[in-house]
Amino acid sequence: MENNGRRGFMGKAFGAVAAVGAVGSLVAMKKSWDPLPSVKAAGFTTLDMTIYEENQLVTEKWRGKPIFVLKKTAEMVAKQTEKQKARDIIIGGSHYMVSIGLCTHLGCIPAYNATEQGFLCACHGGQFDFSGDVTKVPPPRGFDIPPFKIDGTKLVLGEAGPEYTKMKETGITL
Amino acid sequence: MAHFTKATSVKDWLNQRLAIDTIEKVMGSEYWIPKNINFLWAMGMVLVITFVLLLVSGIFLLMYYQPNIETAFYSVNFTIMRDVDFGWLWRHVHGVAASVVFLIIYIHMFTGIYYGSYKKGREMIWISGMLLFVAFSAEAFSGYMLPWGQMSYWAGMVITNLFSGGSLHADGLVEWIRGDYVPAQAFLTRFFMLHVLLIPLAILGLIALHFGSLRIPHVNNQDGEEIDFEKESKRYLNGDKAGSKVMRFANDFMSKDMMVVGVYLIFFFYLVFYNYGFAMDPVNFDPADGLKTPAHIYPEWYFLWSYEILRPFSVDIGLIAFGFAQVIFVLLPFLDRSPNTVAANRRGLFRIWFWMMLINMIILTAMGKLPPSGIYSTIGFFAAILFIAQWIALPFITMFEKKV
Repeated sequence: MENNGRRGFMGKAFGAVAAVGAVGSLVAMKKSWDPLPSVKAAGFTTLDMTIYEENQLVTEKWRGKPIFVLKKTAEMVAKQTEKQKARDIIIGGSHYMVSIGLCTHLGCIPAYNATEQGFLCACHGGQFDFSGDVTKVPPPRGFDIPPFKIDGTKLVLGEAGPEYTKMKETGITL
Repeated sequence: MAHFTKATSVKDWLNQRLAIDTIEKVMGSEYWIPKNINFLWAMGMVLVITFVLLLVSGIFLLMYYQPNIETAFYSVNFTIMRDVDFGWLWRHVHGVAASVVFLIIYIHMFTGIYYGSYKKGREMIWISGMLLFVAFSAEAFSGYMLPWGQMSYWAGMVITNLFSGGSLHADGLVEWIRGDYVPAQAFLTRFFMLHVLLIPLAILGLIALHFGSLRIPHVNNQDGEEIDFEKESKRYLNGDKAGSKVMRFANDFMSKDMMVVGVYLIFFFYLVFYNYGFAMDPVNFDPADGLKTPAHIYPEWYFLWSYEILRPFSVDIGLIAFGFAQVIFVLLPFLDRSPNTVAANRRGLFRIWFWMMLINMIILTAMGKLPPSGIYSTIGFFAAILFIAQWIALPFITMFEKKV
Protein backbone atom coordinates (compact mmCIF):
# COMPACT_ATOMS: atom_id res chain seq x y z
CA MET A 1 0.00 0.00 0.00
CA GLU A 2 1.23 3.46 -0.80
CA ASN A 3 0.79 4.70 2.76
CA ASN A 4 2.95 1.96 4.27
CA GLY A 5 5.87 4.35 4.57
CA ARG A 6 3.77 6.72 6.69
CA ARG A 7 2.40 3.89 8.83
CA GLY A 8 5.90 2.56 9.33
CA PHE A 9 7.04 6.01 10.42
CA MET A 10 4.12 6.32 12.86
CA GLY A 11 4.88 2.87 14.25
CA LYS A 12 8.52 3.77 14.79
CA ALA A 13 7.61 7.11 16.34
CA PHE A 14 5.29 5.37 18.79
CA GLY A 15 7.95 2.74 19.47
CA ALA A 16 10.44 5.47 20.39
CA VAL A 17 7.97 7.17 22.75
CA ALA A 18 7.04 3.82 24.31
CA ALA A 19 10.69 2.82 24.76
CA VAL A 20 11.51 6.04 26.61
CA GLY A 21 8.44 5.54 28.81
CA ALA A 22 9.26 1.89 29.46
CA VAL A 23 12.84 2.67 30.52
CA GLY A 24 11.62 5.51 32.70
CA SER A 25 9.02 3.39 34.45
CA LEU A 26 11.50 0.54 34.97
CA VAL A 27 13.84 3.01 36.72
CA ALA A 28 10.98 4.20 38.92
CA MET A 29 9.93 0.62 39.71
CA LYS A 30 13.47 -0.40 40.61
CA LYS A 31 13.90 2.65 42.86
CA SER A 32 10.57 2.07 44.57
CA TRP A 33 11.81 -1.34 45.66
CA ASP A 34 15.01 0.13 47.16
CA PRO A 35 15.38 0.29 50.96
CA LEU A 36 13.95 3.57 52.28
CA PRO A 37 16.33 6.35 53.39
CA SER A 38 15.18 5.85 56.98
CA VAL A 39 16.24 2.22 56.75
CA LYS A 40 19.58 3.07 55.18
CA ALA A 41 20.31 5.73 57.79
CA ALA A 42 19.95 3.11 60.55
CA GLY A 43 22.31 4.41 63.22
CA PHE A 44 25.37 3.10 64.92
CA THR A 45 25.48 0.73 67.87
CA THR A 46 27.96 1.38 70.69
CA LEU A 47 28.99 -1.51 72.91
CA ASP A 48 30.60 -1.17 76.35
CA MET A 49 33.18 -3.95 76.20
CA THR A 50 33.87 -4.12 79.94
CA ILE A 51 30.59 -5.83 80.83
CA TYR A 52 31.15 -9.18 79.09
CA GLU A 53 32.00 -12.42 80.90
CA GLU A 54 34.58 -14.87 79.56
CA ASN A 55 33.34 -17.68 77.27
CA GLN A 56 29.76 -16.41 77.51
CA LEU A 57 28.19 -15.54 74.19
CA VAL A 58 26.15 -12.35 74.17
CA THR A 59 24.00 -11.38 71.18
CA GLU A 60 23.72 -7.66 70.47
CA LYS A 61 21.76 -6.02 67.65
CA TRP A 62 23.02 -3.82 64.82
CA ARG A 63 20.91 -2.84 61.79
CA GLY A 64 18.43 -5.56 62.68
CA LYS A 65 21.12 -8.20 62.59
CA PRO A 66 22.40 -10.20 65.55
CA ILE A 67 25.98 -9.42 66.61
CA PHE A 68 27.90 -12.13 68.48
CA VAL A 69 30.24 -10.89 71.23
CA LEU A 70 32.45 -13.49 72.90
CA LYS A 71 35.17 -12.56 75.38
CA LYS A 72 37.89 -15.18 75.07
CA THR A 73 39.42 -16.95 78.07
CA ALA A 74 43.21 -16.87 78.56
CA GLU A 75 43.31 -20.55 77.63
CA MET A 76 41.46 -19.83 74.36
CA VAL A 77 43.84 -17.00 73.51
CA ALA A 78 46.85 -19.20 74.27
CA LYS A 79 45.78 -22.05 71.96
CA GLN A 80 44.75 -19.83 69.04
CA THR A 81 46.33 -20.33 65.63
CA GLU A 82 47.56 -17.30 63.66
CA LYS A 83 44.46 -17.44 61.49
CA GLN A 84 42.14 -17.39 64.49
CA LYS A 85 44.15 -14.62 66.16
CA ALA A 86 43.83 -12.41 63.10
CA ARG A 87 40.07 -12.18 63.74
CA ASP A 88 40.52 -10.94 67.34
CA ILE A 89 39.48 -7.48 68.43
CA ILE A 90 41.71 -6.46 71.35
CA ILE A 91 40.35 -3.90 73.79
CA GLY A 92 41.98 -3.16 77.17
CA GLY A 93 44.19 -6.26 76.85
CA SER A 94 41.20 -8.62 76.42
CA HIS A 95 40.56 -10.57 73.23
CA TYR A 96 37.07 -10.54 71.76
CA MET A 97 35.32 -12.27 68.93
CA VAL A 98 32.81 -9.77 67.51
CA SER A 99 30.96 -10.77 64.36
CA ILE A 100 27.64 -10.75 62.55
CA GLY A 101 25.83 -13.75 64.00
CA LEU A 102 24.43 -15.03 60.73
CA CYS A 103 25.63 -18.18 59.04
CA THR A 104 27.47 -17.16 55.86
CA HIS A 105 25.60 -19.89 54.02
CA LEU A 106 22.01 -18.66 54.08
CA GLY A 107 21.73 -16.43 57.12
CA CYS A 108 20.43 -18.58 59.99
CA ILE A 109 21.71 -17.83 63.50
CA PRO A 110 24.09 -20.57 64.70
CA ALA A 111 24.00 -21.62 68.37
CA TYR A 112 27.07 -21.48 70.65
CA ASN A 113 28.12 -24.47 72.72
CA ALA A 114 30.32 -23.20 75.59
CA THR A 115 31.78 -26.60 76.49
CA GLU A 116 32.78 -27.45 72.94
CA GLN A 117 33.66 -23.81 72.27
CA GLY A 118 32.07 -23.80 68.83
CA PHE A 119 29.00 -22.83 66.83
CA LEU A 120 26.57 -25.12 65.04
CA CYS A 121 24.06 -23.89 62.48
CA ALA A 122 20.87 -25.95 62.69
CA CYS A 123 19.68 -25.08 59.21
CA HIS A 124 22.21 -26.86 57.06
CA GLY A 125 24.74 -28.21 59.57
CA GLY A 126 27.55 -25.66 59.17
CA GLN A 127 30.07 -25.29 62.03
CA PHE A 128 32.33 -22.49 63.29
CA ASP A 129 35.05 -22.35 65.95
CA PHE A 130 35.16 -19.87 68.85
CA SER A 131 36.95 -17.28 66.74
CA GLY A 132 34.09 -17.38 64.25
CA ASP A 133 36.05 -19.19 61.54
CA VAL A 134 34.28 -21.89 59.56
CA THR A 135 35.15 -25.52 60.35
CA LYS A 136 32.48 -27.43 58.38
CA VAL A 137 30.66 -26.66 55.09
CA PRO A 138 28.25 -25.56 53.61
CA PRO A 139 29.15 -22.02 54.86
CA PRO A 140 31.87 -20.70 52.51
CA ARG A 141 33.70 -18.56 55.11
CA GLY A 142 33.80 -17.55 58.75
CA PHE A 143 31.36 -15.07 60.24
CA ASP A 144 31.52 -11.61 58.70
CA ILE A 145 32.86 -8.90 60.99
CA PRO A 146 30.80 -5.69 61.06
CA PRO A 147 32.55 -2.36 60.44
CA PHE A 148 33.86 -1.30 63.85
CA LYS A 149 35.92 1.41 65.52
CA ILE A 150 37.63 1.07 68.88
CA ASP A 151 36.93 4.01 71.15
CA GLY A 152 38.66 3.47 74.53
CA THR A 153 36.82 0.55 76.15
CA LYS A 154 33.91 1.05 73.79
CA LEU A 155 33.28 -0.45 70.37
CA VAL A 156 31.32 1.51 67.77
CA LEU A 157 29.60 -0.65 65.13
CA GLY A 158 28.82 0.86 61.73
CA GLU A 159 31.97 2.98 61.50
CA ALA A 160 35.18 1.62 59.97
CA GLY A 161 38.26 2.16 62.17
CA PRO A 162 41.88 1.36 61.22
CA GLU A 163 41.72 -2.15 62.73
CA TYR A 164 38.64 -2.98 60.67
CA THR A 165 40.10 -1.52 57.49
CA LYS A 166 43.17 -3.72 57.99
CA MET A 167 41.01 -6.83 58.42
CA LYS A 168 39.13 -5.96 55.27
CA GLU A 169 42.31 -5.38 53.28
CA THR A 170 43.85 -8.67 54.39
CA GLY A 171 40.66 -10.51 53.44
CA ILE A 172 39.81 -11.68 56.96
CA THR A 173 36.30 -10.36 56.48
CA LEU A 174 34.33 -9.28 53.46
CA MET B 1 -23.93 -3.49 11.30
CA ALA B 2 -25.14 -7.00 12.03
CA HIS B 3 -28.82 -7.69 11.49
CA PHE B 4 -30.85 -8.25 14.67
CA THR B 5 -34.34 -9.70 14.76
CA LYS B 6 -36.94 -9.60 17.49
CA ALA B 7 -35.85 -12.15 20.07
CA THR B 8 -38.04 -15.21 20.62
CA SER B 9 -36.59 -15.96 24.07
CA VAL B 10 -34.01 -14.69 26.54
CA LYS B 11 -31.60 -17.26 25.19
CA ASP B 12 -32.17 -16.10 21.63
CA TRP B 13 -31.73 -12.48 22.74
CA LEU B 14 -28.37 -13.34 24.30
CA ASN B 15 -27.44 -15.58 21.41
CA GLN B 16 -27.85 -12.78 18.88
CA ARG B 17 -25.60 -10.51 20.93
CA LEU B 18 -23.06 -12.90 22.49
CA ALA B 19 -23.24 -16.10 20.40
CA ILE B 20 -23.63 -18.15 23.56
CA ASP B 21 -24.50 -21.28 21.57
CA THR B 22 -21.18 -21.13 19.76
CA ILE B 23 -19.34 -20.50 23.02
CA GLU B 24 -21.08 -23.46 24.65
CA LYS B 25 -20.08 -25.70 21.73
CA VAL B 26 -16.45 -24.56 21.65
CA MET B 27 -15.97 -24.80 25.40
CA GLY B 28 -18.17 -27.79 26.20
CA SER B 29 -20.35 -29.96 24.06
CA GLU B 30 -18.04 -29.97 21.02
CA TYR B 31 -14.72 -29.90 22.82
CA TRP B 32 -13.65 -33.48 22.27
CA ILE B 33 -11.94 -35.68 24.85
CA PRO B 34 -10.61 -39.19 24.12
CA LYS B 35 -12.45 -42.04 25.79
CA ASN B 36 -9.31 -44.06 26.51
CA ILE B 37 -8.36 -42.30 29.74
CA ASN B 38 -8.52 -42.97 33.48
CA PHE B 39 -9.13 -41.09 36.74
CA LEU B 40 -5.68 -39.44 36.53
CA TRP B 41 -7.09 -37.28 33.71
CA ALA B 42 -9.35 -35.62 36.28
CA MET B 43 -6.45 -33.94 38.11
CA GLY B 44 -6.77 -30.80 36.00
CA MET B 45 -10.32 -30.26 37.22
CA VAL B 46 -9.27 -31.14 40.78
CA LEU B 47 -6.65 -28.39 40.50
CA VAL B 48 -9.18 -25.88 39.19
CA ILE B 49 -11.49 -26.64 42.14
CA THR B 50 -8.60 -26.35 44.62
CA PHE B 51 -7.61 -23.02 43.10
CA VAL B 52 -11.18 -21.77 43.54
CA LEU B 53 -11.10 -22.91 47.20
CA LEU B 54 -7.86 -20.95 47.67
CA LEU B 55 -9.32 -17.88 46.01
CA VAL B 56 -12.55 -17.86 48.02
CA SER B 57 -10.91 -18.59 51.40
CA GLY B 58 -8.23 -16.02 50.56
CA ILE B 59 -10.84 -13.32 49.94
CA PHE B 60 -12.29 -13.88 53.42
CA LEU B 61 -8.85 -13.90 55.07
CA LEU B 62 -8.02 -10.67 53.27
CA MET B 63 -10.87 -8.88 55.08
CA TYR B 64 -9.18 -9.22 58.49
CA TYR B 65 -5.48 -9.78 57.79
CA GLN B 66 -3.21 -6.79 58.57
CA PRO B 67 0.10 -6.59 56.67
CA ASN B 68 2.02 -4.92 59.49
CA ILE B 69 4.92 -6.49 61.40
CA GLU B 70 3.41 -5.42 64.72
CA THR B 71 -0.10 -6.72 64.09
CA ALA B 72 0.12 -9.40 61.36
CA PHE B 73 0.70 -12.29 63.75
CA TYR B 74 -2.21 -11.33 65.99
CA SER B 75 -4.57 -10.54 63.14
CA VAL B 76 -4.09 -14.14 61.98
CA ASN B 77 -3.82 -16.03 65.26
CA PHE B 78 -6.22 -13.97 67.32
CA THR B 79 -8.61 -11.98 65.12
CA ILE B 80 -9.14 -14.53 62.35
CA MET B 81 -8.83 -17.63 64.52
CA ARG B 82 -10.90 -16.50 67.52
CA ASP B 83 -12.87 -13.34 66.81
CA VAL B 84 -14.18 -13.85 63.31
CA ASP B 85 -17.05 -16.31 63.13
CA PHE B 86 -15.83 -19.24 61.01
CA GLY B 87 -12.49 -17.44 60.56
CA TRP B 88 -10.77 -20.70 61.46
CA LEU B 89 -12.54 -22.37 58.53
CA TRP B 90 -11.10 -19.96 55.95
CA ARG B 91 -7.64 -20.23 57.43
CA HIS B 92 -7.66 -24.01 57.57
CA VAL B 93 -9.13 -24.30 54.06
CA HIS B 94 -6.46 -21.90 52.80
CA GLY B 95 -3.60 -23.67 54.60
CA VAL B 96 -4.69 -27.20 53.72
CA ALA B 97 -5.45 -26.27 50.09
CA ALA B 98 -2.02 -24.61 49.74
CA SER B 99 -0.43 -27.88 50.76
CA VAL B 100 -2.74 -30.29 48.95
CA VAL B 101 -2.57 -28.31 45.70
CA PHE B 102 1.10 -29.31 45.45
CA LEU B 103 0.26 -32.98 46.02
CA ILE B 104 -2.16 -32.80 43.09
CA ILE B 105 0.32 -30.83 40.98
CA TYR B 106 2.93 -33.54 41.52
CA ILE B 107 0.42 -36.29 40.60
CA HIS B 108 -0.59 -34.25 37.51
CA MET B 109 3.10 -33.81 36.54
CA PHE B 110 4.08 -37.43 36.99
CA THR B 111 0.96 -38.55 35.08
CA GLY B 112 2.15 -36.37 32.21
CA ILE B 113 5.66 -37.82 32.41
CA TYR B 114 4.38 -41.41 32.58
CA TYR B 115 2.11 -41.14 29.53
CA GLY B 116 4.47 -38.95 27.48
CA SER B 117 1.95 -36.10 27.41
CA TYR B 118 4.67 -33.52 26.77
CA LYS B 119 5.64 -34.76 23.31
CA LYS B 120 4.71 -34.20 19.66
CA GLY B 121 2.87 -30.91 19.75
CA ARG B 122 2.13 -31.03 23.47
CA GLU B 123 5.36 -29.23 24.48
CA MET B 124 3.57 -25.97 25.23
CA ILE B 125 1.16 -27.76 27.57
CA TRP B 126 4.15 -29.02 29.52
CA ILE B 127 6.02 -25.70 29.50
CA SER B 128 3.00 -23.63 30.54
CA GLY B 129 2.31 -26.22 33.23
CA MET B 130 5.83 -25.90 34.60
CA LEU B 131 5.49 -22.10 34.56
CA LEU B 132 2.34 -22.58 36.63
CA PHE B 133 4.36 -24.73 39.02
CA VAL B 134 6.88 -21.89 39.41
CA ALA B 135 4.08 -19.34 39.92
CA PHE B 136 2.38 -21.56 42.51
CA SER B 137 5.71 -21.99 44.31
CA ALA B 138 6.16 -18.21 44.47
CA GLU B 139 2.55 -17.85 45.62
CA ALA B 140 3.05 -20.47 48.35
CA PHE B 141 6.27 -18.86 49.54
CA SER B 142 4.93 -15.31 49.61
CA GLY B 143 1.81 -16.51 51.46
CA TYR B 144 3.97 -18.29 54.00
CA MET B 145 5.51 -14.94 54.98
CA LEU B 146 2.20 -13.35 55.91
CA PRO B 147 1.43 -14.79 59.40
CA TRP B 148 4.87 -13.36 60.41
CA GLY B 149 5.72 -16.21 62.74
CA GLN B 150 9.19 -17.63 63.34
CA MET B 151 9.07 -19.93 60.28
CA SER B 152 7.74 -17.10 58.10
CA TYR B 153 10.61 -14.85 59.14
CA TRP B 154 13.39 -17.38 58.86
CA ALA B 155 12.15 -18.95 55.65
CA GLY B 156 12.06 -15.39 54.29
CA MET B 157 15.61 -14.79 55.47
CA VAL B 158 16.98 -18.04 54.00
CA ILE B 159 15.14 -17.92 50.67
CA THR B 160 15.95 -14.27 49.95
CA ASN B 161 19.60 -14.99 50.83
CA LEU B 162 19.64 -17.48 47.93
CA PHE B 163 19.68 -14.43 45.66
CA SER B 164 23.10 -13.37 46.94
CA GLY B 165 24.34 -16.07 44.55
CA GLY B 166 26.89 -17.63 46.93
CA SER B 167 30.37 -16.31 46.19
CA LEU B 168 28.94 -13.53 44.03
CA HIS B 169 27.96 -11.76 47.29
CA ALA B 170 25.14 -9.87 45.64
CA ASP B 171 24.07 -8.53 49.06
CA GLY B 172 22.78 -5.40 47.36
CA LEU B 173 20.32 -7.51 45.38
CA VAL B 174 19.14 -9.28 48.54
CA GLU B 175 18.64 -5.95 50.31
CA TRP B 176 16.82 -4.63 47.25
CA ILE B 177 14.42 -7.59 47.28
CA ARG B 178 13.82 -7.15 51.02
CA GLY B 179 13.79 -3.36 51.07
CA ASP B 180 15.85 -3.63 54.26
CA TYR B 181 18.95 -5.33 55.66
CA VAL B 182 16.74 -7.99 57.19
CA PRO B 183 13.10 -8.99 56.56
CA ALA B 184 11.06 -6.14 58.08
CA GLN B 185 8.04 -3.95 57.30
CA ALA B 186 8.97 -3.20 53.67
CA PHE B 187 9.52 -6.92 53.11
CA LEU B 188 6.15 -7.95 54.60
CA THR B 189 4.14 -5.37 52.66
CA ARG B 190 5.73 -6.18 49.31
CA PHE B 191 5.26 -9.92 49.75
CA PHE B 192 1.66 -9.21 50.73
CA MET B 193 1.23 -7.33 47.44
CA LEU B 194 2.84 -10.19 45.50
CA HIS B 195 0.66 -12.78 47.23
CA VAL B 196 -2.70 -11.10 46.80
CA LEU B 197 -2.28 -9.35 43.46
CA LEU B 198 0.70 -9.76 41.17
CA ILE B 199 1.26 -13.52 41.40
CA PRO B 200 -2.47 -14.41 41.29
CA LEU B 201 -2.75 -12.28 38.12
CA ALA B 202 0.16 -14.19 36.62
CA ILE B 203 -1.43 -17.49 37.64
CA LEU B 204 -4.74 -16.57 35.98
CA GLY B 205 -2.92 -15.65 32.78
CA LEU B 206 -0.91 -18.86 32.85
CA ILE B 207 -4.03 -20.97 33.44
CA ALA B 208 -5.55 -19.40 30.32
CA LEU B 209 -2.35 -20.23 28.39
CA HIS B 210 -2.30 -23.78 29.79
CA PHE B 211 -5.90 -24.42 28.69
CA GLY B 212 -5.30 -22.74 25.34
CA SER B 213 -2.26 -24.91 24.69
CA LEU B 214 -4.51 -27.99 24.93
CA ARG B 215 -6.87 -27.00 22.12
CA ILE B 216 -4.76 -27.88 19.08
CA PRO B 217 -2.95 -31.07 20.21
CA HIS B 218 -5.90 -32.19 22.41
CA VAL B 219 -5.68 -34.24 25.57
CA ASN B 220 -3.39 -37.30 25.40
CA ASN B 221 -4.79 -40.79 26.03
CA GLN B 222 -3.58 -43.93 27.81
CA ASP B 223 -1.88 -45.40 24.73
CA GLY B 224 -0.58 -42.16 23.25
CA GLU B 225 -2.69 -42.94 20.18
CA GLU B 226 -2.85 -40.22 17.53
CA ILE B 227 -6.61 -39.71 17.21
CA ASP B 228 -8.20 -38.00 14.19
CA PHE B 229 -10.47 -35.73 16.22
CA GLU B 230 -12.20 -34.38 13.12
CA LYS B 231 -13.24 -37.85 11.96
CA GLU B 232 -14.09 -39.26 15.39
CA SER B 233 -16.21 -36.27 16.39
CA LYS B 234 -18.20 -36.54 13.12
CA ARG B 235 -18.78 -40.18 13.91
CA TYR B 236 -20.05 -39.22 17.35
CA LEU B 237 -22.34 -36.50 15.99
CA ASN B 238 -23.70 -38.90 13.34
CA GLY B 239 -24.99 -41.12 16.12
CA ASP B 240 -22.24 -43.74 16.49
CA LYS B 241 -21.43 -42.72 20.05
CA ALA B 242 -20.24 -46.19 21.06
CA GLY B 243 -17.90 -46.59 18.09
CA SER B 244 -16.36 -43.13 18.31
CA LYS B 245 -13.04 -42.79 20.13
CA VAL B 246 -14.02 -39.42 21.58
CA MET B 247 -16.69 -37.95 23.83
CA ARG B 248 -17.99 -34.47 24.63
CA PHE B 249 -16.19 -32.47 27.30
CA ALA B 250 -19.58 -31.52 28.73
CA ASN B 251 -21.42 -33.38 29.96
CA ASP B 252 -19.82 -36.76 29.13
CA PHE B 253 -16.34 -36.15 30.46
CA MET B 254 -17.40 -33.58 33.08
CA SER B 255 -19.74 -36.02 34.79
CA LYS B 256 -16.84 -38.43 35.42
CA ASP B 257 -14.49 -35.54 36.23
CA MET B 258 -16.82 -34.20 38.87
CA MET B 259 -17.23 -37.69 40.32
CA VAL B 260 -13.49 -37.71 41.03
CA VAL B 261 -13.76 -34.13 42.32
CA GLY B 262 -16.49 -35.31 44.73
CA VAL B 263 -14.28 -38.04 46.18
CA TYR B 264 -11.41 -35.55 46.38
CA LEU B 265 -13.53 -32.96 48.20
CA ILE B 266 -14.53 -35.51 50.85
CA PHE B 267 -10.82 -36.25 51.42
CA PHE B 268 -10.02 -32.52 51.37
CA PHE B 269 -12.61 -31.53 53.95
CA TYR B 270 -11.70 -34.51 56.10
CA LEU B 271 -8.23 -32.90 56.26
CA VAL B 272 -9.64 -29.43 56.89
CA PHE B 273 -11.84 -30.54 59.77
CA TYR B 274 -9.88 -33.35 61.41
CA ASN B 275 -6.28 -33.31 60.22
CA TYR B 276 -5.21 -29.77 59.38
CA GLY B 277 -2.15 -29.95 61.66
CA PHE B 278 0.24 -30.99 58.85
CA ALA B 279 -0.35 -27.63 57.15
CA MET B 280 0.18 -25.57 60.33
CA ASP B 281 3.79 -25.72 61.50
CA PRO B 282 3.95 -25.42 65.32
CA VAL B 283 7.09 -23.23 65.08
CA ASN B 284 5.07 -20.64 63.16
CA PHE B 285 2.87 -20.13 66.22
CA ASP B 286 5.73 -18.12 67.77
CA PRO B 287 5.88 -14.50 66.61
CA ALA B 288 8.83 -13.61 64.34
CA ASP B 289 12.07 -12.89 66.24
CA GLY B 290 15.06 -11.67 64.26
CA LEU B 291 17.49 -12.57 67.03
CA LYS B 292 16.53 -16.21 67.48
CA THR B 293 16.69 -18.90 64.79
CA PRO B 294 14.39 -21.89 65.40
CA ALA B 295 16.36 -25.05 66.20
CA HIS B 296 15.49 -26.70 62.90
CA ILE B 297 14.42 -24.80 59.81
CA TYR B 298 12.79 -26.74 56.98
CA PRO B 299 10.44 -25.69 54.22
CA GLU B 300 6.94 -27.07 53.69
CA TRP B 301 6.97 -30.67 52.43
CA TYR B 302 6.51 -29.75 48.76
CA PHE B 303 9.82 -27.88 48.60
CA LEU B 304 11.83 -30.49 50.53
CA TRP B 305 13.18 -32.37 47.52
CA SER B 306 14.81 -29.30 45.96
CA TYR B 307 15.97 -28.10 49.38
CA GLU B 308 17.72 -31.45 49.89
CA ILE B 309 19.53 -30.95 46.57
CA LEU B 310 20.84 -27.61 47.91
CA ARG B 311 21.89 -28.86 51.33
CA PRO B 312 24.69 -31.45 51.06
CA PHE B 313 27.04 -29.31 48.96
CA SER B 314 29.24 -26.30 49.65
CA VAL B 315 27.39 -23.06 48.98
CA ASP B 316 28.24 -22.44 45.30
CA ILE B 317 27.84 -26.02 44.09
CA GLY B 318 24.69 -26.29 46.19
CA LEU B 319 23.20 -23.23 44.51
CA ILE B 320 24.08 -24.53 41.05
CA ALA B 321 22.54 -27.93 41.87
CA PHE B 322 19.45 -26.19 43.27
CA GLY B 323 19.11 -23.98 40.18
CA PHE B 324 19.51 -27.06 37.99
CA ALA B 325 16.73 -28.88 39.87
CA GLN B 326 14.43 -25.86 39.56
CA VAL B 327 14.63 -25.53 35.77
CA ILE B 328 15.40 -29.01 34.50
CA PHE B 329 11.80 -30.26 34.45
CA VAL B 330 10.87 -27.50 32.00
CA LEU B 331 13.32 -28.97 29.49
CA LEU B 332 11.85 -32.48 29.65
CA PRO B 333 10.23 -32.36 26.15
CA PHE B 334 13.63 -31.58 24.64
CA LEU B 335 15.74 -33.93 26.78
CA ASP B 336 13.52 -36.91 25.92
CA ARG B 337 14.85 -37.81 22.45
CA SER B 338 12.58 -40.79 21.84
CA PRO B 339 9.84 -40.59 19.16
CA ASN B 340 7.49 -42.78 21.25
CA THR B 341 4.45 -41.17 22.81
CA VAL B 342 3.38 -44.13 24.90
CA ALA B 343 3.12 -45.06 28.55
CA ALA B 344 6.45 -45.47 30.33
CA ASN B 345 5.86 -49.20 30.94
CA ARG B 346 6.28 -49.81 27.19
CA ARG B 347 9.46 -47.76 26.85
CA GLY B 348 12.26 -50.02 28.11
CA LEU B 349 14.92 -48.06 29.97
CA PHE B 350 12.68 -45.02 30.33
CA ARG B 351 10.36 -47.12 32.48
CA ILE B 352 13.22 -47.66 34.97
CA TRP B 353 14.14 -43.97 34.68
CA PHE B 354 10.59 -42.92 35.53
CA TRP B 355 10.21 -45.09 38.63
CA MET B 356 13.72 -44.24 39.85
CA MET B 357 12.96 -40.53 39.48
CA LEU B 358 9.69 -40.86 41.39
CA ILE B 359 11.23 -42.90 44.22
CA ASN B 360 14.31 -40.68 44.40
CA MET B 361 12.15 -37.58 44.78
CA ILE B 362 10.33 -39.25 47.67
CA ILE B 363 13.71 -40.11 49.26
CA LEU B 364 14.94 -36.53 48.77
CA THR B 365 11.72 -35.27 50.37
CA ALA B 366 12.16 -37.55 53.39
CA MET B 367 15.85 -36.62 53.84
CA GLY B 368 15.06 -32.92 53.56
CA LYS B 369 12.81 -33.24 56.60
CA LEU B 370 15.42 -35.03 58.74
CA PRO B 371 18.28 -33.21 60.51
CA PRO B 372 21.33 -32.73 58.26
CA SER B 373 23.71 -35.09 60.03
CA GLY B 374 25.14 -38.62 59.99
CA ILE B 375 23.56 -41.22 57.72
CA TYR B 376 20.77 -38.86 56.54
CA SER B 377 23.38 -36.46 55.24
CA THR B 378 25.03 -39.30 53.27
CA ILE B 379 21.76 -40.65 51.84
CA GLY B 380 20.72 -37.11 50.90
CA PHE B 381 24.05 -36.51 49.17
CA PHE B 382 23.82 -39.64 47.02
CA ALA B 383 20.14 -39.06 46.25
CA ALA B 384 21.00 -35.52 45.05
CA ILE B 385 23.83 -36.87 42.87
CA LEU B 386 21.48 -39.53 41.45
CA PHE B 387 18.84 -36.89 40.63
CA ILE B 388 21.34 -34.86 38.58
CA ALA B 389 22.83 -37.99 36.98
CA GLN B 390 19.39 -39.20 35.88
CA TRP B 391 18.69 -35.95 34.05
CA ILE B 392 22.08 -36.01 32.35
CA ALA B 393 21.47 -39.64 31.31
CA LEU B 394 17.95 -38.99 29.96
CA PRO B 395 18.86 -37.85 26.40
CA PHE B 396 21.18 -40.85 25.99
CA ILE B 397 18.81 -43.55 27.21
CA THR B 398 15.92 -42.16 25.14
CA MET B 399 18.04 -41.64 22.01
CA PHE B 400 18.51 -45.37 21.60
CA GLU B 401 14.94 -46.30 22.45
CA LYS B 402 13.29 -48.60 19.90
CA LYS B 403 10.26 -47.28 18.03
CA VAL B 404 7.18 -48.88 19.52
